[in-house]
Amino acid sequence: MSTFSRPGVRRLTLRALALSCLLLGLLIPAAAQAQTTADQDPVTALRTEIEELKRTYQERIEALEKRLSDLEAERQAAAAPVAQASSGGGDAQSSTYFNPAMSVIGNFLAVGGHSRKENLPSAALRESELGLQAIVDPYARADFFLSFGEEGVDVEEGFATFTSLPAGLLVKVGKMRTVFGKTNTLHLHVLPWPDEPLNVVNLLGGEEGWIGTGVSVARLIPLPADTFSEATLQVFRGDSGDLFQAAKRSDLAYNGHYRIFRDLTESTNLDTGLSYAEGPNDSQPGARTRLQAFDATLRWKPLRTASYRSFTFRGELFRSDREQPGADPVAWGGYVSGDYQLAKRWFVGARYEQSEHAEDPGLKDTGVAGLLTFWPSEFSQLRGELRQRRYSLRDAAHETATELLLQLQFAIGAHGAHPF
Amino acid sequence: MKFSRILLSLLLLGGLAGAARPAEAKLRVVSTLQDFASIAAAIGGDRVETFSLAKGYQDPHFVDAKPSFVLQLSRTDLLIVAGLELEIGYLPPLIDQSRNDKIHAGSPGYLDASAGCDILGRPTGQVTRAMGDVHPYGNPHYWTEPENGRVIARAIAARLSQLDAAGRDTYAKNLAAFEQKLTAKEKEWDAKMAPYAGTKVVTFHDSWPNFAKHFKLQVVGHVEPKPGIPPSPTHTLDIINLITGQKVPAILVEPYFDLKTPKFIAEKTGVAVVTLYPSVGGTPAITDYFSLFDVDVDALVNALKGKK
Repeated sequence: MSTFSRPGVRRLTLRALALSCLLLGLLIPAAAQAQTTADQDPVTALRTEIEELKRTYQERIEALEKRLSDLEAERQAAAAPVAQASSGGGDAQSSTYFNPAMSVIGNFLAVGGHSRKENLPSAALRESELGLQAIVDPYARADFFLSFGEEGVDVEEGFATFTSLPAGLLVKVGKMRTVFGKTNTLHLHVLPWPDEPLNVVNLLGGEEGWIGTGVSVARLIPLPADTFSEATLQVFRGDSGDLFQAAKRSDLAYNGHYRIFRDLTESTNLDTGLSYAEGPNDSQPGARTRLQAFDATLRWKPLRTASYRSFTFRGELFRSDREQPGADPVAWGGYVSGDYQLAKRWFVGARYEQSEHAEDPGLKDTGVAGLLTFWPSEFSQLRGELRQRRYSLRDAAHETATELLLQLQFAIGAHGAHPF
Repeated sequence: MKFSRILLSLLLLGGLAGAARPAEAKLRVVSTLQDFASIAAAIGGDRVETFSLAKGYQDPHFVDAKPSFVLQLSRTDLLIVAGLELEIGYLPPLIDQSRNDKIHAGSPGYLDASAGCDILGRPTGQVTRAMGDVHPYGNPHYWTEPENGRVIARAIAARLSQLDAAGRDTYAKNLAAFEQKLTAKEKEWDAKMAPYAGTKVVTFHDSWPNFAKHFKLQVVGHVEPKPGIPPSPTHTLDIINLITGQKVPAILVEPYFDLKTPKFIAEKTGVAVVTLYPSVGGTPAITDYFSLFDVDVDALVNALKGKK
């Protein structure tokens, strides 16, 4: 608006100036010429002169005004694209510069076959993970992963990571997947299977695994010969799904994890971890559940990728020790799994899993699965899993379920790279 | 129970201990590509020690974010990256986990080598992933143009002088020597390639726009239908027709791609399949930035000699 009114004001002042000039001009020459024209008809002479002056000044003012308006138009024409560019590219974008990187990962699962134990729907958009990730300030970054399931929205993870702390510390604060074992640290969409293995389901509180709310502190522990080692200590509130239940505020859950990673050769590496966790359970006042885990991953992936062959072997062993009235049941569970890359976009895999139940180690579920995965591109993945699980029921009965799981995962947006 | 207690105390002890690292005399330079490491070594001389995350024979788009790299980055003084989102798939989490704020973007210890370089293939108009694995900021394979190498060398020298003022003279001297050699070598390479100016080539991936621009080659097609998408039968047929129709003498293939499709095309058309190395270390003969072009230029000249 102001850009419109200003030239108008300027034109007005110019006009006033011109008018005063005109008046001044009228008086001075009139006085000077008064003598010479005195002997002619003074009134007519004066009138002609005034007319003459009026005409010339009018012309001059018009010329000036035209020049001014031309200049103004020129200036506006030159300014227009700049103004447009700055409103389109600059102003508007400067507010989006600091927007977090956004991504959505769709996870569609279709299930065929028969199971009375775990009644998965025939088709489900099981989880849509919305990731929002950005750097907060020079000291921290933030990561949010909101999980949209069929029952609603849940903050799967939401934490700040302090990346510039002294003493080689890395601190996370918020809600996060705990570093207990290996599988539990990973989001559903980066698992090598469409489902969680039985040891997570039976011993870590269900399909979701253990997600804790609290603080995590990790430190690199120097070891000789370029071996990576990291110790993590985590303190969470005592409530966590079906795994831990706190009666009072001071009932907390703890997790400690020690990870060692070593490159055996350029293309082979071994990743191992030990975890110890404990937290309250609600079977009786003061009862605790203690958990231990060992995980190992062996990867072989030649850097000369022209052959597109790679192999990953992973395994995990959980032990759960749950204090409950009358007993102190110790339950074991684990899996071994392998993936082999056949071609650039094709992988085959297999998994064997077995796990006792945390509350009743007499019940033991086992399962075998075969997998085939195809990646049309880096951003989508089609996977089939044929699995047979043998669920142990009370009174020594069994239930065998053979199912085919078909999964399509697709990612849009800028999803941050995942930890190795 | 006892086992758990011991384990926990060990964890605690380990967390609190942590030996202090002795002060290093040399500046530690880590780069994502061996090319930058090689240039940094030439400029830094014995004042620096260099390490490269990706190896020259590795596809630089797919590097695993291995924890051993976290270890390297935790003690890095200068990190040199290609930028243009080439490292987007692995570098950001490594930097975060490194606990080393010297190498965060914006710090003096973080150098984006693409700054000031001649960057080609910046997409105009809308960019979507329907175009494959496109790089919205331009083609990240820019170091295959020797003049960009010169820009990178100057940037590295300036940054090393900033981080290690005592070595300023050494870096200036080494930069002058590098540039002098580069100028001489460029004349040699240009002379070898001059007879083949305007030659049409097909490349496997769109890795060579800068190389092609410098040596006046004309890239008329790619074996990949879209960046990052493996060859498809219909596209391969199109390429065969293109090669026959336009009398293309050579297909250039990076060492990390499967030669099956290029060889199939060669069988059908008689086109020469040339393995061209985009990076230092791509083959043992390529020990530095100069031998990168020595080897590639010779390979091209040998392949094109009979065809002209």
